[in-house]
Amino acid sequence: MSVDILMPALSPTMEEGTLAKWTVKAGDKVSAGDVIAEIETDKATMEVEAVDEGVVLELLVPAGTEGVKVNTPIARLQGDGPAASQPTADPVATPTPVAAPRPVAVPQAAEPEPAMAEGRATVRQTVRDALRDAMAEEMRRDADIFLIGEEVAQYQGAYKVSRDLLQEFGDRRVVDTPITEHGFAGLAVGAAFTGLKPIVEFMTFNFAMQAIDHLINSAAKTLYMSGGQIKSSIVFRGPNGAAARVGAQHSQDYSAWYAAVPGLKVVAPWDAADAKGLLKAAIRDPNPVVFLEHEIMYGVEFDVPEGDDWLVPIGKAKVRRSGTDVTVSAHSRMVGLALEAAEILAAEGISVEVVDLRTLRPLDHETVVDSVKTTSRLVTVEEGWGPCGIGAEVCQRVIEHAFDWLDAPPVRVHGEDVPMPYAANLEALCLPTVDKIVTAIRGVMARG
Amino acid sequence: MARPKASKAAVAASKIDAPSRDQMLEWYRSMLLIRRFEERAGQLYGMGLIGGFCHLYIGQEAIAVGMQAIKHPGDQIITGYRDHGHMLAAGMDPRAVMAELTGRAAGVAKGKGGSMHMFDVEAGFFGGHGIVGAQVSLGTGLGFANHYRGAANVSFTYFGDGAANQGQVYESFNMAELWRLPVVYVIENNQYAMGTSVERASAETHLYKRGVSFNIPGEEVDGMDVEAVAVAGARAADHARSGKGPYILEMKTYRYRGHSMSDPAKYRTREEVDAVKKARDPIDHFRERLEALGYADEATLKALDADVKKIVAESAEFARTAPEPDPSELYTDVYL
Repeated sequence: MSVDILMPALSPTMEEGTLAKWTVKAGDKVSAGDVIAEIETDKATMEVEAVDEGVVLELLVPAGTEGVKVNTPIARLQGDGPAASQPTADPVATPTPVAAPRPVAVPQAAEPEPAMAEGRATVRQTVRDALRDAMAEEMRRDADIFLIGEEVAQYQGAYKVSRDLLQEFGDRRVVDTPITEHGFAGLAVGAAFTGLKPIVEFMTFNFAMQAIDHLINSAAKTLYMSGGQIKSSIVFRGPNGAAARVGAQHSQDYSAWYAAVPGLKVVAPWDAADAKGLLKAAIRDPNPVVFLEHEIMYGVEFDVPEGDDWLVPIGKAKVRRSGTDVTVSAHSRMVGLALEAAEILAAEGISVEVVDLRTLRPLDHETVVDSVKTTSRLVTVEEGWGPCGIGAEVCQRVIEHAFDWLDAPPVRVHGEDVPMPYAANLEALCLPTVDKIVTAIRGVMARG
Repeated sequence: MARPKASKAAVAASKIDAPSRDQMLEWYRSMLLIRRFEERAGQLYGMGLIGGFCHLYIGQEAIAVGMQAIKHPGDQIITGYRDHGHMLAAGMDPRAVMAELTGRAAGVAKGKGGSMHMFDVEAGFFGGHGIVGAQVSLGTGLGFANHYRGAANVSFTYFGDGAANQGQVYESFNMAELWRLPVVYVIENNQYAMGTSVERASAETHLYKRGVSFNIPGEEVDGMDVEAVAVAGARAADHARSGKGPYILEMKTYRYRGHSMSDPAKYRTREEVDAVKKARDPIDHFRERLEALGYADEATLKALDADVKKIVAESAEFARTAPEPDPSELYTDVYL
């Protein structure tokens, strides 16, 4: 039987081309892989190879013809059997766009947060020890969990977050790596593909920039790209944001970077109870979780519920202080600053409601929106840069869902739009402070 | 840490240097299937049925097929974006692979991955990765998981001569040897990283030597000879499986087609391509070998050829007519 050879597309965008030259003529026998013609596009001259074997019956388009549309028959071949037939191009090739349904909500942990007030005993604990206990407890209940990173084992953690874990779990499950972020992040994601549950410690998230390809391209996207076949139950954790006097390369807040990526969950706790409960939830989560800690918070003590079943659901913000005049949203270390600002303003008769976002993706904007519907004013606080930041996202969602409730334009407090300076005075000027938050709140109170 | 012991199967695999007639015919069939499949994929691309990038494996078939021959159940495979041949060699359904290329719901990744991103955990195939070199760290992690579990399995981690210059390859080599991870690194040196020849990109062009400073053994293999691939593959896998750590195989091969479909191939001559096809074609030469051994007569080969053509034609027809994903699939598989 005869088959038509069609004008091929040679690039994703090619629609037509010039049939520059035939290298076969009617009567020639061709095999798969033989060059039969040369085609010119706006980019290049390319060779066309035969796919089927057979004898050329007829050349339908003469050499030199310009503007030959893709899929136009250009030659006819006498094939050697029905199996050689070329599938016909038909409208199936052009997918019809169909309106997509609305996105489904990101699944969240079903279990409600156990209330600390329910007579549950608490212990005083630093954020550092709360994080350590979270890992130790989870590693006791699941042998597939291991900790990997620089100085996590013998050194006991660069910030002592993994203290005593090597002693309890051994070097199979607490793995010191060379200084090789790109490599060990990829290695951990590969292990997660097989069902293991790595906890990857970055000495700081500044160094994770070397590894970010694996967090995003490998961990966050593979479930989707594999049609749901391959999961990455993995936690990437470590201190994020500014420490003190370490300069621009060691002081960046990556909250907004990771919070922008579908497939990741992003958590940034403030106190020790949340640090423990959220880290345990992150380790149990079947998705990749970026867990942003804060170096300056590691040594701060808080009340933490006793017991190894303290879990805080990912994706739920928390009202840290109730108020009626203005809503302040914050996460990580900024929550403490916001609470201090609220205390100062209370003395002036301004009632501030402080919402701790806790999770940045999925972002619980409902809690912020509900708050703004009672206060009608919003100030967002974050340590990172303002443009395209967490505050910008919170503002947009409040505008979208509570525009008519707002009495004043929302205001953002954020790190200055410069690399972090070293000099003590400049660094202090760069970061959000209680004073800056107080000033911002007074500003929104004066409007409207 | 305890090292996994070599299994009986591993010992049996080392007899790969005397393959049976059936085994050799299967290798031939598998290579032919890849060749015909890829030719058809190229054709469907030309018709606009396959979008984006499409990197064909034509010329390199002996590597995926020869290595598959020595793979044990539970071993893993991971590679870059030139992945169709590996999937077919691993026994994945050609219809589902082709349907993924055309972006259909019946594709191995529901049409959401495409040519460069396909996976099949059942077949031990962990992708299909589009970032050059990323699969080397990931594949080292597959080996880490085998080691962690005490499983006597090997991760076969494939990458090209282009990826061989990525930094994370060496980060991975270091950890793999340091921790004696069961990983066989298979470098498919097809001479060109996109349009840049090995000579123009690599200070040391013998890529099997790239493990020297990590104490990883390496050897050069004729990647156009399926038997040589299998023999070297078995040796490397035995090494890794017995707890001795990683091994590097540099497969000298050649890609007949462009880097991707839109490659004008101005960096090499037609004569160079033709010379390789004539002198080293993995399929032609293996067919001659089968004939010389008296393992296959013309009728057997013709029947085999017809069978492969039929499978490929059915795959193309299936991939052309299968429905696209339901719009609701846009939002699935983002989170578990």
